Amino acid sequence: MLKILKYSFFDLMRSRWSYVYFLFYLLLGVVLLFLNNDLSKAVITLMNVIIVLVPLIGTIFGVMYYYNSKEFTELLLAQPVKRSSIFLGQYLGVALSLSMSLIIGLGLPFVFYGIFNSGAIWDFSLLLVTGAFLTLIFTALAFVIALANENKIKGFGYAILLWLFMAVIYDGIFLMSLVYFEEYPLDTFSLVATMLNPVDLSRVLILLKLDISALLGYTGAVFQKFFGTSFGFILSTLLLVIWVAVPTFFIQHMAKRKDF
Amino acid sequence: MAQTTIEVCSSCETSTVTQAVEKAQPFDTILIKKGTYKEYNIGITKPLTIIGENNPVIDGENKGEIITIQSDSVTIQGLTVVNVGTSYTTDYAAIRVVKSENFLIKNNTLERLFFGIYLEKSNNGKVLNNSIQGDAVNEYNSGNGIQLWYCNKVEVANNEIRNVRDGIYLEFSDQIEITHNKSTNNLRYGLHFMFSNNDTYTNNLFENNGAGVAVMFSKFIKMYDNVFKKNWGTASFGLLLKEINDSEIKGNIFEENTVGINIEGSNRIEYSHNDFKSNGWAVKVRGACYANTFTKNNFLYNSFDISYNSNINDNVFDKNYWSNYTGYDLNKNGIGDVPYRPVKLFSYIVNRTPETIILLRSLFIDIIDFSEKVSPVFTPDNLMDNNPLLKPIEHD
Repeated sequence: MLKILKYSFFDLMRSRWSYVYFLFYLLLGVVLLFLNNDLSKAVITLMNVIIVLVPLIGTIFGVMYYYNSKEFTELLLAQPVKRSSIFLGQYLGVALSLSMSLIIGLGLPFVFYGIFNSGAIWDFSLLLVTGAFLTLIFTALAFVIALANENKIKGFGYAILLWLFMAVIYDGIFLMSLVYFEEYPLDTFSLVATMLNPVDLSRVLILLKLDISALLGYTGAVFQKFFGTSFGFILSTLLLVIWVAVPTFFIQHMAKRKDF
Repeated sequence: MAQTTIEVCSSCETSTVTQAVEKAQPFDTILIKKGTYKEYNIGITKPLTIIGENNPVIDGENKGEIITIQSDSVTIQGLTVVNVGTSYTTDYAAIRVVKSENFLIKNNTLERLFFGIYLEKSNNGKVLNNSIQGDAVNEYNSGNGIQLWYCNKVEVANNEIRNVRDGIYLEFSDQIEITHNKSTNNLRYGLHFMFSNNDTYTNNLFENNGAGVAVMFSKFIKMYDNVFKKNWGTASFGLLLKEINDSEIKGNIFEENTVGINIEGSNRIEYSHNDFKSNGWAVKVRGACYANTFTKNNFLYNSFDISYNSNINDNVFDKNYWSNYTGYDLNKNGIGDVPYRPVKLFSYIVNRTPETIILLRSLFIDIIDFSEKVSPVFTPDNLMDNNPLLKPIEHD
């Protein structure tokens, strides 16, 4: 598996797309800092970018890589290599190279700007870690979609739909249901609903750092416990790990059974 | 008549403070040497100067009130007063001043107390450099650090007050000056005003109090250069204004509070040169607030800048800096060319259904906020800052 991982990783590192992705983040970081002149504000803007763009890029890139390297995969399948290690290797290769572009691309401008001497360092590291998690999750989901669909167009369609659902539609439904059922106690429901969507989950994780004073304004024992202690932080991180593990398990499971 | 000095120590001729007070003639000085004096109900009914040398301790052993002053021109200085009795019927205090003038309470340390310094119908006095450390756990059986009741022209300065119910409490007290105090970790309010007019408080620090600072039912209050910090919680405010009229709030810093300022039924207040930084809500307007002006304030990285619970607005926002402002400045005069709308639709939704706070900063919320910004329906459409500044104001 490591060999395939290494191969996929270096293959991607050499490819144009990784550079585009890397340059995009580099540019974003530079422009943000140039326009804002203020680290704390740049971190807030960056958060919006990370929770929207990172899943999108992860999904599209994952699906694209799977379909593009399909012939090579079939060639590999003819060799005496375990199936799960082929797909997991490819998945990790894509996800890790994407995370690396993200972390280096955004990290460089901020490091030069002096993030290490600023109070925003923890917020910023949290952002990068969350971004890496989101990449892992959405690339895995993309692989699952691609494995389930032979048809490229269909695969892409579902992938985009998945992103749209997680990033926008889910919150819309969530908000509507909260407003509609406002007479009922909703704090447990809203926390569970947040946990079920990795985009919301990472958003809340970042909110715990950036907007804690607003979050503590709500009366409710469950919220208080979640936001007021490190319990919320630990639980969210744990759930992000689960969100990575579950689709990865599916990749393995599907790869075993799929006919090529 | 010559003034004499009476010394008190365990091996002296007078070994208790009570004896010394009885023995003393008006305008005498009582010098208390280092040691522990287990006494309470020390009543001072003549003008005396009581000075503690090397922090003598007066231990009330939780039996009741410790020092009661019922005379003009009394000075109490350098004492450590501990273990005030707790009662549910009487407000026992470490030092109480009743119907007296020209008192001076200075450099004292008060610990393990019910009420700290209790001024009752007393005028023209000073409370300086005292350190008050309570151990309050519940509101119903704890007292206030410094309480002023029907007092006039009193100066309260440089005191440090921790862990009591209300740090400083004013009721029916006018022309009080509260400066350079530190009121932290109190159970309820750092500073609490009720029915007190023409008071000034400047350069104080209020940090991590249960509910911040409350100013209620008062007029002509001046609040300058104070710091309100880290008041977190569901009913917690940096500053709570209720029925306050004709006041000035200037040069204050509100940092990391759940609500920076909560305004209810307050009119004609001028807010200028304040910094609102990283609060949940910088300003929460609850209704019945008219003719208030917000000028030259900095609103920096608050989750919500302003929140209204109705769509009527009679307050003016002008020339503030808003870190959330996204407009441009083509003529380069430092003022944004597009007005800024500080009230977001989402803050209106959160007012209605508080659980929705969990959707803060979601892309969907940004989309609906944007559409509300383009055509306001739920939020007051005339509420905007027509001259938003592009750079934060540097206050002098």
